[in-house]
Amino acid sequence: MMEFLAMGGYALYVWPAYGAALLVLGSLTVNAVLRYRSAERELASLNARRPGGAR
Amino acid sequence: MHRFANPARFMRVSGTVLPWLAALTALMLVAGLVLGFRAPPDYQQGDTVRIMFIHVPAAWMAVFGYSSLALASAAALIWRHPLAEIAAQQSAPLGAGFTALCLITGSLWGAPMWGTWWVWDARLTSVLVLFFLYLGYIALVHAFDDPSRGSRAASVLALVGSVNVPIIHYSVEWWSTLHQPASVMRLGGPTIDRSILLPLLVMALAFTLLFIVLLLIRMRAALLERKIRALRLLEAEAAGTEYGFAAPEVSA
Amino acid sequence: MSSFLAIIRRDLRLAFRQGGDGAMAVMFFVLAALLFPFGIGPEPELLARVASGIIWVTALLAALLALDRMFQTDWEDGTLELIRLSPLPLELAVLAKCLSHWLVTGLPVLLATPLVALMLRLDPSGLPMLLLGLLLGTPVLSLFGAVGAALTLGARRGGVLVSLLVLPLEIPVLIFGVGAADAALSQDTGSAQLAILGALLAFALPLCPLAAAAALRQALE
Repeated sequence: MMEFLAMGGYALYVWPAYGAALLVLGSLTVNAVLRYRSAERELASLNARRPGGAR
Repeated sequence: MHRFANPARFMRVSGTVLPWLAALTALMLVAGLVLGFRAPPDYQQGDTVRIMFIHVPAAWMAVFGYSSLALASAAALIWRHPLAEIAAQQSAPLGAGFTALCLITGSLWGAPMWGTWWVWDARLTSVLVLFFLYLGYIALVHAFDDPSRGSRAASVLALVGSVNVPIIHYSVEWWSTLHQPASVMRLGGPTIDRSILLPLLVMALAFTLLFIVLLLIRMRAALLERKIRALRLLEAEAAGTEYGFAAPEVSA
Repeated sequence: MSSFLAIIRRDLRLAFRQGGDGAMAVMFFVLAALLFPFGIGPEPELLARVASGIIWVTALLAALLALDRMFQTDWEDGTLELIRLSPLPLELAVLAKCLSHWLVTGLPVLLATPLVALMLRLDPSGLPMLLLGLLLGTPVLSLFGAVGAALTLGARRGGVLVSLLVLPLEIPVLIFGVGAADAALSQDTGSAQLAILGALLAFALPLCPLAAAAALRQALE
Protein backbone atom coordinates (compact mmCIF):
# COMPACT_ATOMS: atom_id res chain seq x y z
CA MET A 1 0.00 0.00 0.00
CA MET A 2 2.80 2.39 0.95
CA GLU A 3 4.55 1.37 -2.24
CA PHE A 4 1.46 2.29 -4.22
CA LEU A 5 1.24 5.71 -2.58
CA ALA A 6 4.95 6.35 -3.03
CA MET A 7 4.72 5.79 -6.80
CA GLY A 8 8.39 4.83 -7.06
CA GLY A 9 9.45 8.14 -5.54
CA TYR A 10 7.43 10.24 -7.93
CA ALA A 11 4.47 10.69 -5.63
CA LEU A 12 4.97 14.46 -5.61
CA TYR A 13 4.20 14.54 -9.33
CA VAL A 14 1.77 11.70 -9.95
CA TRP A 15 -0.76 12.38 -7.23
CA PRO A 16 -1.13 16.12 -7.89
CA ALA A 17 -1.69 15.22 -11.55
CA TYR A 18 -4.59 12.95 -10.65
CA GLY A 19 -5.74 15.53 -8.13
CA ALA A 20 -5.78 18.21 -10.82
CA ALA A 21 -7.84 15.88 -13.03
CA LEU A 22 -10.32 15.33 -10.23
CA LEU A 23 -10.49 19.06 -9.52
CA VAL A 24 -10.92 20.22 -13.12
CA LEU A 25 -13.22 17.48 -14.38
CA GLY A 26 -15.08 17.32 -11.10
CA SER A 27 -15.86 21.02 -11.01
CA LEU A 28 -16.92 20.97 -14.68
CA THR A 29 -19.31 18.13 -13.86
CA VAL A 30 -20.67 19.69 -10.68
CA ASN A 31 -21.12 23.04 -12.40
CA ALA A 32 -23.00 21.49 -15.32
CA VAL A 33 -25.31 19.42 -13.14
CA LEU A 34 -26.07 22.24 -10.68
CA ARG A 35 -26.78 24.65 -13.51
CA TYR A 36 -29.17 22.20 -15.13
CA ARG A 37 -30.98 21.45 -11.88
CA SER A 38 -31.38 25.13 -11.01
CA ALA A 39 -32.73 25.88 -14.49
CA GLU A 40 -35.21 23.02 -14.12
CA ARG A 41 -36.39 24.37 -10.79
CA GLU A 42 -36.76 27.90 -12.05
CA LEU A 43 -38.69 26.78 -15.12
CA ALA A 44 -41.03 24.75 -12.93
CA SER A 45 -41.73 27.72 -10.67
CA LEU A 46 -42.33 30.02 -13.64
CA ASN A 47 -44.76 27.54 -15.12
CA ALA A 48 -46.57 27.17 -11.81
CA ARG A 49 -46.99 30.94 -11.61
CA ARG A 50 -48.53 31.31 -15.04
CA PRO A 51 -52.33 31.27 -15.11
CA GLY A 52 -53.46 28.28 -17.17
CA GLY A 53 -50.55 26.07 -16.06
CA ALA A 54 -47.45 24.92 -17.96
CA ARG A 55 -47.26 25.24 -21.74
CA MET B 1 -29.49 17.66 -40.57
CA HIS B 2 -32.64 19.56 -39.97
CA ARG B 3 -34.30 16.60 -38.33
CA PHE B 4 -32.05 17.33 -35.38
CA ALA B 5 -32.65 21.05 -35.46
CA ASN B 6 -35.74 20.87 -33.32
CA PRO B 7 -34.85 21.81 -29.75
CA ALA B 8 -37.76 19.89 -28.29
CA ARG B 9 -36.65 16.77 -30.11
CA PHE B 10 -33.10 17.30 -28.89
CA MET B 11 -34.34 17.58 -25.30
CA ARG B 12 -36.29 14.34 -25.64
CA VAL B 13 -33.53 12.34 -27.28
CA SER B 14 -30.77 13.66 -25.03
CA GLY B 15 -32.91 13.05 -21.97
CA THR B 16 -33.32 9.37 -22.81
CA VAL B 17 -29.73 8.82 -23.86
CA LEU B 18 -28.03 10.72 -21.06
CA PRO B 19 -28.39 8.30 -18.12
CA TRP B 20 -26.92 5.46 -20.21
CA LEU B 21 -24.02 7.59 -21.43
CA ALA B 22 -23.31 8.78 -17.91
CA ALA B 23 -23.25 5.23 -16.59
CA LEU B 24 -20.96 4.13 -19.42
CA THR B 25 -18.67 7.08 -18.73
CA ALA B 26 -18.35 6.19 -15.05
CA LEU B 27 -17.64 2.58 -15.98
CA MET B 28 -14.94 3.55 -18.46
CA LEU B 29 -13.33 5.94 -15.98
CA VAL B 30 -13.11 3.24 -13.33
CA ALA B 31 -11.79 0.72 -15.86
CA GLY B 32 -9.21 3.19 -17.11
CA LEU B 33 -8.00 4.02 -13.61
CA VAL B 34 -7.72 0.38 -12.62
CA LEU B 35 -5.84 -0.53 -15.79
CA GLY B 36 -3.67 2.53 -15.42
CA PHE B 37 -2.59 1.79 -11.88
CA ARG B 38 -2.05 -1.87 -12.59
CA ALA B 39 0.17 -1.26 -15.60
CA PRO B 40 3.84 -1.98 -14.89
CA PRO B 41 6.11 1.03 -14.39
CA ASP B 42 8.09 2.07 -17.44
CA TYR B 43 11.76 1.08 -17.39
CA GLN B 44 12.80 4.62 -18.25
CA GLN B 45 10.13 6.82 -16.73
CA GLY B 46 9.11 4.77 -13.72
CA ASP B 47 5.75 5.50 -12.22
CA THR B 48 5.50 8.93 -13.83
CA VAL B 49 4.20 7.15 -16.90
CA ARG B 50 0.88 7.05 -15.06
CA ILE B 51 0.61 10.80 -15.55
CA MET B 52 0.43 10.04 -19.26
CA PHE B 53 -2.93 8.36 -18.74
CA ILE B 54 -4.35 11.75 -17.82
CA HIS B 55 -2.12 14.01 -19.88
CA VAL B 56 -2.49 12.41 -23.32
CA PRO B 57 -6.26 11.91 -23.25
CA ALA B 58 -6.64 15.48 -21.95
CA ALA B 59 -4.52 16.71 -24.87
CA TRP B 60 -6.63 14.75 -27.35
CA MET B 61 -9.80 16.19 -25.81
CA ALA B 62 -8.36 19.72 -25.97
CA VAL B 63 -7.94 19.39 -29.72
CA PHE B 64 -11.18 17.42 -30.15
CA GLY B 65 -13.00 20.14 -28.21
CA TYR B 66 -11.67 22.87 -30.41
CA SER B 67 -12.46 20.95 -33.58
CA SER B 68 -16.08 20.48 -32.45
CA LEU B 69 -16.18 24.15 -31.54
CA ALA B 70 -14.96 25.14 -35.00
CA LEU B 71 -17.33 22.72 -36.79
CA ALA B 72 -20.32 23.87 -34.76
CA SER B 73 -19.37 27.49 -35.41
CA ALA B 74 -19.17 26.78 -39.14
CA ALA B 75 -22.62 25.14 -39.01
CA ALA B 76 -23.97 28.15 -37.11
CA LEU B 77 -22.55 30.64 -39.60
CA ILE B 78 -23.21 28.76 -42.85
CA TRP B 79 -26.49 26.95 -42.24
CA ARG B 80 -27.76 28.97 -39.29
CA HIS B 81 -28.41 25.69 -37.52
CA PRO B 82 -30.16 26.71 -34.28
CA LEU B 83 -28.55 24.14 -32.03
CA ALA B 84 -25.08 24.62 -33.51
CA GLU B 85 -24.53 27.95 -31.80
CA ILE B 86 -25.54 26.50 -28.44
CA ALA B 87 -23.31 23.46 -28.97
CA ALA B 88 -20.34 25.68 -29.79
CA GLN B 89 -20.74 27.96 -26.80
CA GLN B 90 -21.35 25.17 -24.32
CA SER B 91 -18.34 23.17 -25.47
CA ALA B 92 -15.87 26.04 -25.04
CA PRO B 93 -15.46 25.87 -21.24
CA LEU B 94 -15.14 22.08 -21.45
CA GLY B 95 -12.39 22.32 -24.05
CA ALA B 96 -10.64 25.01 -22.03
CA GLY B 97 -10.76 22.79 -18.94
CA PHE B 98 -9.18 19.84 -20.76
CA THR B 99 -6.51 22.13 -22.21
CA ALA B 100 -5.68 23.48 -18.76
CA LEU B 101 -5.52 19.92 -17.44
CA CYS B 102 -3.21 18.98 -20.30
CA LEU B 103 -0.88 21.88 -19.51
CA ILE B 104 -0.88 21.21 -15.75
CA THR B 105 -0.28 17.46 -16.03
CA GLY B 106 2.28 18.02 -18.76
CA SER B 107 4.16 20.36 -16.45
CA LEU B 108 3.99 17.80 -13.62
CA TRP B 109 5.33 15.14 -15.99
CA GLY B 110 8.05 17.36 -17.43
CA ALA B 111 9.45 18.36 -14.05
CA PRO B 112 10.87 14.94 -13.14
CA MET B 113 11.48 13.85 -16.75
CA TRP B 114 13.00 16.92 -18.37
CA GLY B 115 14.11 18.69 -15.23
CA THR B 116 11.99 21.73 -15.97
CA TRP B 117 8.39 22.79 -15.32
CA TRP B 118 8.04 24.57 -18.63
CA VAL B 119 9.91 24.96 -21.91
CA TRP B 120 9.02 27.16 -24.85
CA ASP B 121 9.06 24.49 -27.50
CA ALA B 122 6.61 24.31 -30.39
CA ARG B 123 4.19 21.80 -28.89
CA LEU B 124 3.81 23.48 -25.50
CA THR B 125 3.59 26.95 -27.02
CA SER B 126 0.89 25.98 -29.51
CA VAL B 127 -1.16 24.27 -26.79
CA LEU B 128 -0.85 27.41 -24.67
CA VAL B 129 -2.04 29.41 -27.68
CA LEU B 130 -4.98 26.99 -27.91
CA PHE B 131 -5.83 27.74 -24.28
CA PHE B 132 -5.84 31.48 -24.99
CA LEU B 133 -7.99 30.90 -28.06
CA TYR B 134 -10.58 29.20 -25.87
CA LEU B 135 -10.48 32.07 -23.36
CA GLY B 136 -10.72 34.63 -26.16
CA TYR B 137 -13.71 32.79 -27.62
CA ILE B 138 -15.52 32.75 -24.27
CA ALA B 139 -14.70 36.41 -23.65
CA LEU B 140 -15.94 37.41 -27.09
CA VAL B 141 -19.29 35.62 -26.65
CA HIS B 142 -20.00 37.64 -23.53
CA ALA B 143 -18.48 40.92 -24.70
CA PHE B 144 -21.54 42.36 -26.40
CA ASP B 145 -24.79 43.68 -25.04
CA ASP B 146 -26.53 41.94 -27.93
CA PRO B 147 -25.95 38.20 -27.34
CA SER B 148 -26.50 37.20 -30.95
CA ARG B 149 -23.79 39.59 -32.10
CA GLY B 150 -21.43 38.02 -29.58
CA SER B 151 -22.23 34.53 -30.85
CA ARG B 152 -21.64 35.43 -34.45
CA ALA B 153 -18.36 37.25 -33.79
CA ALA B 154 -17.17 34.32 -31.67
CA SER B 155 -18.05 31.89 -34.46
CA VAL B 156 -15.79 33.78 -36.85
CA LEU B 157 -13.01 33.76 -34.25
CA ALA B 158 -13.39 30.00 -33.79
CA LEU B 159 -12.87 29.46 -37.51
CA VAL B 160 -9.89 31.83 -37.71
CA GLY B 161 -8.23 30.10 -34.78
CA SER B 162 -8.66 26.60 -36.19
CA VAL B 163 -5.47 27.15 -38.15
CA ASN B 164 -3.70 26.44 -34.84
CA VAL B 165 -4.95 22.84 -34.72
CA PRO B 166 -2.72 21.33 -37.43
CA ILE B 167 0.16 23.39 -36.01
CA ILE B 168 -0.30 21.70 -32.64
CA HIS B 169 -0.35 18.24 -34.10
CA TYR B 170 2.54 18.62 -36.49
CA SER B 171 4.63 20.88 -34.26
CA VAL B 172 6.64 17.93 -32.96
CA GLU B 173 7.51 16.95 -36.52
CA TRP B 174 8.18 20.35 -38.05
CA TRP B 175 10.44 21.59 -35.26
CA SER B 176 12.97 19.72 -33.19
CA THR B 177 11.23 19.88 -29.87
CA LEU B 178 11.80 18.62 -26.36
CA HIS B 179 8.31 17.11 -26.37
CA GLN B 180 8.27 13.57 -27.68
CA PRO B 181 6.92 12.94 -31.19
CA ALA B 182 3.62 11.21 -31.84
CA SER B 183 3.64 7.59 -30.81
CA VAL B 184 -0.03 6.75 -31.13
CA MET B 185 -1.67 8.92 -33.79
CA ARG B 186 0.72 8.16 -36.57
CA LEU B 187 0.52 6.54 -39.97
CA GLY B 188 2.59 3.50 -39.05
CA GLY B 189 0.36 2.63 -36.13
CA PRO B 190 1.11 3.00 -32.44
CA THR B 191 4.61 2.30 -31.24
CA ILE B 192 3.96 1.89 -27.54
CA ASP B 193 3.56 -1.30 -25.61
CA ARG B 194 0.13 -2.93 -25.24
CA SER B 195 0.16 -2.68 -21.45
CA ILE B 196 0.46 1.09 -21.71
CA LEU B 197 -1.66 1.50 -24.82
CA LEU B 198 -4.73 -0.17 -23.38
CA PRO B 199 -5.21 2.06 -20.30
CA LEU B 200 -4.44 5.03 -22.52
CA LEU B 201 -7.18 4.20 -25.01
CA VAL B 202 -9.69 3.37 -22.28
CA MET B 203 -9.03 6.71 -20.55
CA ALA B 204 -9.30 8.47 -23.90
CA LEU B 205 -12.67 6.85 -24.48
CA ALA B 206 -13.75 7.76 -20.95
CA PHE B 207 -12.72 11.40 -21.44
CA THR B 208 -14.55 11.56 -24.77
CA LEU B 209 -17.71 10.17 -23.22
CA LEU B 210 -17.36 12.62 -20.32
CA PHE B 211 -17.05 15.49 -22.78
CA ILE B 212 -20.18 14.40 -24.63
CA VAL B 213 -22.15 13.87 -21.41
CA LEU B 214 -21.18 17.27 -20.01
CA LEU B 215 -21.86 18.94 -23.34
CA LEU B 216 -25.36 17.43 -23.49
CA ILE B 217 -26.11 18.52 -19.91
CA ARG B 218 -24.88 22.05 -20.61
CA MET B 219 -26.86 22.26 -23.85
CA ARG B 220 -30.00 21.12 -22.07
CA ALA B 221 -29.43 23.72 -19.35
CA ALA B 222 -28.87 26.42 -21.99
CA LEU B 223 -32.10 25.50 -23.77
CA LEU B 224 -34.01 25.62 -20.48
CA GLU B 225 -32.46 29.01 -19.74
CA ARG B 226 -33.69 30.28 -23.10
CA LYS B 227 -37.18 29.14 -22.24
CA ILE B 228 -36.93 30.88 -18.88
CA ARG B 229 -35.86 34.13 -20.53
CA ALA B 230 -38.74 33.93 -22.99
CA LEU B 231 -41.24 33.30 -20.21
CA ARG B 232 -39.81 36.17 -18.16
CA LEU B 233 -40.17 38.50 -21.11
CA LEU B 234 -43.79 37.42 -21.51
CA GLU B 235 -44.38 38.11 -17.83
CA ALA B 236 -42.85 41.56 -18.06
CA GLU B 237 -44.92 42.27 -21.14
CA ALA B 238 -48.10 41.21 -19.39
CA ALA B 239 -47.28 43.33 -16.35
CA GLY B 240 -46.63 46.29 -18.62
CA THR B 241 -49.91 46.04 -20.47
CA GLU B 242 -51.65 45.85 -17.11
CA TYR B 243 -50.50 49.39 -16.47
CA GLY B 244 -51.35 50.60 -19.92
CA PHE B 245 -47.88 50.24 -21.49
CA ALA B 246 -47.68 48.83 -24.99
CA ALA B 247 -45.95 45.48 -25.48
CA PRO B 248 -42.18 46.07 -25.97
CA GLU B 249 -40.33 45.03 -29.13
CA VAL B 250 -38.92 41.63 -28.27
CA SER B 251 -35.83 40.33 -30.09
CA ALA B 252 -35.46 36.56 -29.82
CA MET C 1 -8.26 51.46 -57.34
CA SER C 2 -9.06 55.09 -56.67
CA SER C 3 -11.42 54.21 -53.82
CA PHE C 4 -8.68 52.00 -52.38
CA LEU C 5 -6.28 54.94 -52.41
CA ALA C 6 -8.98 57.29 -51.16
CA ILE C 7 -9.40 55.22 -48.01
CA ILE C 8 -5.68 55.29 -47.37
CA ARG C 9 -5.44 59.03 -48.03
CA ARG C 10 -8.33 59.74 -45.69
CA ASP C 11 -6.95 57.59 -42.88
CA LEU C 12 -3.53 59.18 -43.15
CA ARG C 13 -5.00 62.67 -43.11
CA LEU C 14 -7.08 61.83 -40.04
CA ALA C 15 -4.12 60.25 -38.31
CA PHE C 16 -1.99 63.32 -38.62
CA ARG C 17 -4.70 65.91 -38.25
CA GLN C 18 -5.48 65.36 -34.59
CA GLY C 19 -2.22 66.85 -33.42
CA GLY C 20 0.04 64.00 -34.35
CA ASP C 21 -2.32 61.36 -33.06
CA GLY C 22 -0.63 59.13 -35.58
CA ALA C 23 2.72 59.64 -33.93
CA MET C 24 1.41 58.11 -30.68
CA ALA C 25 2.26 54.59 -31.67
CA VAL C 26 5.87 55.28 -32.51
CA MET C 27 6.26 57.48 -29.42
CA PHE C 28 4.98 54.61 -27.29
CA PHE C 29 7.38 52.26 -29.06
CA VAL C 30 10.40 54.42 -28.33
CA LEU C 31 9.43 55.26 -24.76
CA ALA C 32 8.48 51.72 -23.79
CA ALA C 33 11.64 50.28 -25.27
CA LEU C 34 13.73 52.87 -23.43
CA LEU C 35 12.11 51.90 -20.13
CA PHE C 36 13.99 48.64 -20.15
CA PRO C 37 17.46 49.95 -19.37
CA PHE C 38 15.90 51.56 -16.31
CA GLY C 39 14.16 48.37 -15.39
CA ILE C 40 16.82 45.76 -16.00
CA GLY C 41 19.94 47.87 -15.54
CA PRO C 42 22.20 49.50 -18.11
CA GLU C 43 24.80 46.75 -18.48
CA PRO C 44 25.61 46.60 -22.19
CA GLU C 45 25.94 42.83 -22.44
CA LEU C 46 22.55 42.20 -20.82
CA LEU C 47 20.82 44.80 -22.93
CA ALA C 48 22.46 43.60 -26.13
CA ARG C 49 21.19 40.09 -25.53
CA VAL C 50 17.57 41.09 -25.05
CA ALA C 51 17.48 44.10 -27.38
CA SER C 52 15.87 42.35 -30.35
CA GLY C 53 13.24 40.81 -28.08
CA ILE C 54 12.43 44.14 -26.45
CA ILE C 55 12.12 45.85 -29.82
CA TRP C 56 9.79 43.18 -31.18
CA VAL C 57 7.53 43.11 -28.13
CA THR C 58 7.18 46.88 -27.94
CA ALA C 59 6.54 47.01 -31.71
CA LEU C 60 3.75 44.50 -31.21
CA LEU C 61 2.23 46.50 -28.36
CA ALA C 62 2.51 49.74 -30.33
CA ALA C 63 0.65 48.11 -33.23
CA LEU C 64 -2.09 47.03 -30.83
CA LEU C 65 -2.49 50.57 -29.54
CA ALA C 66 -3.63 51.98 -32.85
CA LEU C 67 -6.02 49.12 -33.60
CA ASP C 68 -9.18 50.55 -32.11
CA ARG C 69 -8.89 53.45 -34.47
CA MET C 70 -8.95 51.11 -37.44
CA PHE C 71 -12.68 50.55 -37.55
CA GLN C 72 -14.20 51.91 -34.37
CA THR C 73 -14.44 55.62 -35.24
CA ASP C 74 -15.66 54.86 -38.76
CA TRP C 75 -18.28 52.50 -37.39
CA GLU C 76 -19.50 55.08 -34.91
CA ASP C 77 -19.94 57.89 -37.41
CA GLY C 78 -21.41 55.74 -40.18
CA THR C 79 -18.45 55.83 -42.55
CA LEU C 80 -18.06 52.07 -42.32
CA GLU C 81 -21.58 51.60 -43.61
CA LEU C 82 -20.76 53.84 -46.56
CA ILE C 83 -17.58 51.89 -47.24
CA ARG C 84 -19.54 48.68 -47.26
CA LEU C 85 -22.11 50.08 -49.67
CA SER C 86 -19.47 51.41 -52.05
CA PRO C 87 -18.51 49.40 -55.17
CA LEU C 88 -15.11 48.59 -53.67
CA PRO C 89 -15.21 45.03 -52.26
CA LEU C 90 -15.15 45.06 -48.48
CA GLU C 91 -12.09 42.81 -48.45
CA LEU C 92 -10.11 45.40 -50.44
CA ALA C 93 -11.33 48.16 -48.15
CA VAL C 94 -10.01 46.15 -45.21
CA LEU C 95 -6.70 45.75 -47.01
CA ALA C 96 -6.58 49.51 -47.51
CA LYS C 97 -7.23 49.99 -43.80
CA CYS C 98 -4.44 47.55 -42.95
CA LEU C 99 -2.07 49.42 -45.21
CA SER C 100 -2.86 52.76 -43.62
CA HIS C 101 -2.52 51.20 -40.15
CA TRP C 102 0.89 49.92 -41.15
CA LEU C 103 1.91 53.28 -42.60
CA VAL C 104 1.02 54.94 -39.30
CA THR C 105 2.44 52.33 -36.92
CA GLY C 106 4.62 49.69 -38.61
CA LEU C 107 6.61 51.96 -40.89
CA PRO C 108 7.47 54.60 -38.25
CA VAL C 109 8.47 51.78 -35.88
CA LEU C 110 10.72 50.38 -38.59
CA LEU C 111 12.30 53.78 -39.12
CA ALA C 112 12.77 54.35 -35.38
CA THR C 113 14.30 50.92 -34.80
CA PRO C 114 17.93 51.78 -35.65
CA LEU C 115 17.87 54.55 -33.04
CA VAL C 116 16.25 52.35 -30.41
CA ALA C 117 18.62 49.49 -31.26
CA LEU C 118 21.52 51.82 -30.70
CA MET C 119 20.21 52.84 -27.29
CA LEU C 120 19.60 49.23 -26.33
CA ARG C 121 23.22 48.43 -27.32
CA LEU C 122 22.22 45.94 -30.01
CA ASP C 123 25.25 44.63 -31.89
CA PRO C 124 25.13 46.34 -35.30
CA SER C 125 25.62 43.05 -37.10
CA GLY C 126 22.16 42.04 -36.02
CA LEU C 127 20.44 45.18 -37.24
CA PRO C 128 19.82 44.25 -40.91
CA MET C 129 18.09 40.99 -40.01
CA LEU C 130 16.08 42.75 -37.31
CA LEU C 131 14.90 45.35 -39.80
CA LEU C 132 14.09 42.77 -42.48
CA GLY C 133 12.14 40.76 -39.95
CA LEU C 134 10.21 43.84 -38.85
CA LEU C 135 9.57 44.74 -42.47
CA LEU C 136 7.93 41.36 -43.03
CA GLY C 137 6.36 41.02 -39.60
CA THR C 138 4.76 44.39 -38.91
CA PRO C 139 2.33 44.09 -41.85
CA VAL C 140 1.28 40.72 -40.44
CA LEU C 141 0.61 42.44 -37.11
CA SER C 142 -1.64 44.94 -38.89
CA LEU C 143 -3.43 42.15 -40.77
CA PHE C 144 -4.14 39.99 -37.71
CA GLY C 145 -5.00 43.14 -35.81
CA ALA C 146 -7.64 43.98 -38.38
CA VAL C 147 -9.34 40.65 -37.73
CA GLY C 148 -9.35 41.29 -34.00
CA ALA C 149 -10.56 44.87 -34.38
CA ALA C 150 -13.37 43.80 -36.70
CA LEU C 151 -14.50 41.04 -34.34
CA THR C 152 -14.70 43.33 -31.34
CA LEU C 153 -16.51 46.27 -32.93
CA GLY C 154 -19.06 47.54 -30.48
CA ALA C 155 -17.96 45.24 -27.69
CA ARG C 156 -17.74 46.39 -24.13
CA ARG C 157 -14.08 46.85 -23.16
CA GLY C 158 -13.18 46.23 -26.75
CA GLY C 159 -9.61 47.51 -26.40
CA VAL C 160 -8.52 44.91 -23.86
CA LEU C 161 -10.45 42.19 -25.65
CA VAL C 162 -8.65 42.88 -28.93
CA SER C 163 -5.32 42.30 -27.21
CA LEU C 164 -6.53 39.01 -25.74
CA LEU C 165 -7.68 37.83 -29.15
CA VAL C 166 -4.83 39.10 -31.31
CA LEU C 167 -1.76 38.43 -29.15
CA PRO C 168 -1.96 34.60 -29.26
CA LEU C 169 -2.21 34.72 -33.03
CA GLU C 170 0.79 37.03 -33.27
CA ILE C 171 3.11 34.97 -31.08
CA PRO C 172 4.52 33.02 -34.07
CA VAL C 173 5.47 36.34 -35.74
CA LEU C 174 7.31 37.32 -32.57
CA ILE C 175 9.10 33.98 -32.32
CA PHE C 176 10.40 34.04 -35.87
CA GLY C 177 11.18 37.76 -35.91
CA VAL C 178 13.36 37.53 -32.83
CA GLY C 179 14.76 34.24 -34.09
CA ALA C 180 15.97 35.86 -37.31
CA ALA C 181 17.67 38.71 -35.45
CA ASP C 182 19.30 36.41 -32.91
CA ALA C 183 20.48 34.02 -35.61
CA ALA C 184 22.31 36.87 -37.32
CA LEU C 185 23.98 37.76 -34.02
CA SER C 186 25.33 34.26 -33.61
CA GLN C 187 26.97 34.25 -37.05
CA ASP C 188 24.16 32.16 -38.48
CA THR C 189 21.92 33.44 -41.22
CA GLY C 190 18.39 34.17 -40.14
CA SER C 191 17.16 33.38 -43.61
CA ALA C 192 15.07 30.38 -42.54
CA GLN C 193 13.16 32.50 -40.05
CA LEU C 194 12.75 35.27 -42.62
CA ALA C 195 11.35 32.73 -45.07
CA ILE C 196 8.76 31.68 -42.52
CA LEU C 197 7.87 35.30 -41.81
CA GLY C 198 7.43 35.78 -45.54
CA ALA C 199 5.21 32.73 -45.64
CA LEU C 200 3.13 34.11 -42.76
CA LEU C 201 2.73 37.36 -44.65
CA ALA C 202 1.74 35.52 -47.83
CA PHE C 203 -0.79 33.56 -45.82
CA ALA C 204 -2.21 36.53 -43.92
CA LEU C 205 -2.45 38.85 -46.91
CA PRO C 206 -5.42 37.12 -48.60
CA LEU C 207 -6.99 35.47 -45.56
CA CYS C 208 -7.10 38.21 -42.96
CA PRO C 209 -9.08 40.66 -45.11
CA LEU C 210 -11.53 37.85 -45.79
CA ALA C 211 -12.02 37.08 -42.12
CA ALA C 212 -12.12 40.74 -41.12
CA ALA C 213 -14.67 41.56 -43.84
CA ALA C 214 -16.87 38.68 -42.65
CA ALA C 215 -16.65 40.02 -39.11
CA LEU C 216 -17.45 43.55 -40.32
CA ARG C 217 -20.54 42.29 -42.11
CA GLN C 218 -21.66 40.71 -38.84
CA ALA C 219 -21.15 44.00 -37.04
CA LEU C 220 -23.05 46.00 -39.65
CA GLU C 221 -26.07 43.69 -39.73
